[in-house]
Amino acid sequence: MEQIVFYCFASILLFAGAMVVTVRNPVRAALFLILAFFTSAGIWLLLEAEFLAMTLVLVYVGAVMVLFLFVVMMLDIDLAPLEEGFAKYLPLGIFVAALITIEMIAVLGASHFGLDIVSAPIPHPEGYSNTKEIGLLLYTVYVYPFEIASVILTVAIVAAITLTLREKKSKSQNISEQIKVKAKDRVRIVKMESVKKQEAES
Amino acid sequence: MIALSDFLILGALLFSLSVAGIFINRKNIIILLMCIELMLLAVNLNFIAFSHYSGDIAGQVFVFFILTVAAAEAAIGLAILVVLFRNKHTINVAELNKLKG
Repeated sequence: MEQIVFYCFASILLFAGAMVVTVRNPVRAALFLILAFFTSAGIWLLLEAEFLAMTLVLVYVGAVMVLFLFVVMMLDIDLAPLEEGFAKYLPLGIFVAALITIEMIAVLGASHFGLDIVSAPIPHPEGYSNTKEIGLLLYTVYVYPFEIASVILTVAIVAAITLTLREKKSKSQNISEQIKVKAKDRVRIVKMESVKKQEAES
Repeated sequence: MIALSDFLILGALLFSLSVAGIFINRKNIIILLMCIELMLLAVNLNFIAFSHYSGDIAGQVFVFFILTVAAAEAAIGLAILVVLFRNKHTINVAELNKLKG
């Protein structure tokens, strides 16, 4: 049963990955990438990584891919010049990919990591919480990397906003101009007579 | 039961698929960014598979950090893409030669 689920999810994942790299329309590629993330969340559930599977769906499908779709739809891209060279580099790409696959299977295949060498782990008892285990490790041993990760996210926010901010429309103060100001820039003295001559009218 | 090698081979296939994607979509920056996300997904799959089969939860913590960095990378990459498109009205990699590299 578990194997059927695994092979089903694996084939969907590979299909979605193949569609991401071959489909012409970037919107469709983004949608297939969402399918790939969703399917791999299912595979992570098979590996008993429940917290990360939920995080993948929430953070990736919910935030990152929506950002991708947003940008793809916002930009008015002329697709024709981007597609040239597709067929030209296809044989080279397939060749390199096949070479990498063969090398990796030679190292990671069943002869080194098969069931008879790495036995399947014992299932966890009832009441075991994956989230609790990750939290226990994350907030004790890995607490400094965790803080650094939060700093990285803050830097990403600041960088993304400053990059895309169009012009300075805020009411910020220019300190040097404020210091350099003279009294004559601020106060305009107008000389005029205190009493108007009204004889001409009467 | 599913062997560890099955998960590792799935990760390897996904990784090489995205390498091929980088080769054949070398003009379109958006697809390149998506291929990088797919690559990180394959790496995360390997991490979780090893973590599960060795009974060590630390691998999942690393996946957590990779997800964080990948989210930051996607946000900054897309911001750079938007600025690039605003200035040059193209995202074709072949036309991005301003730095004369």
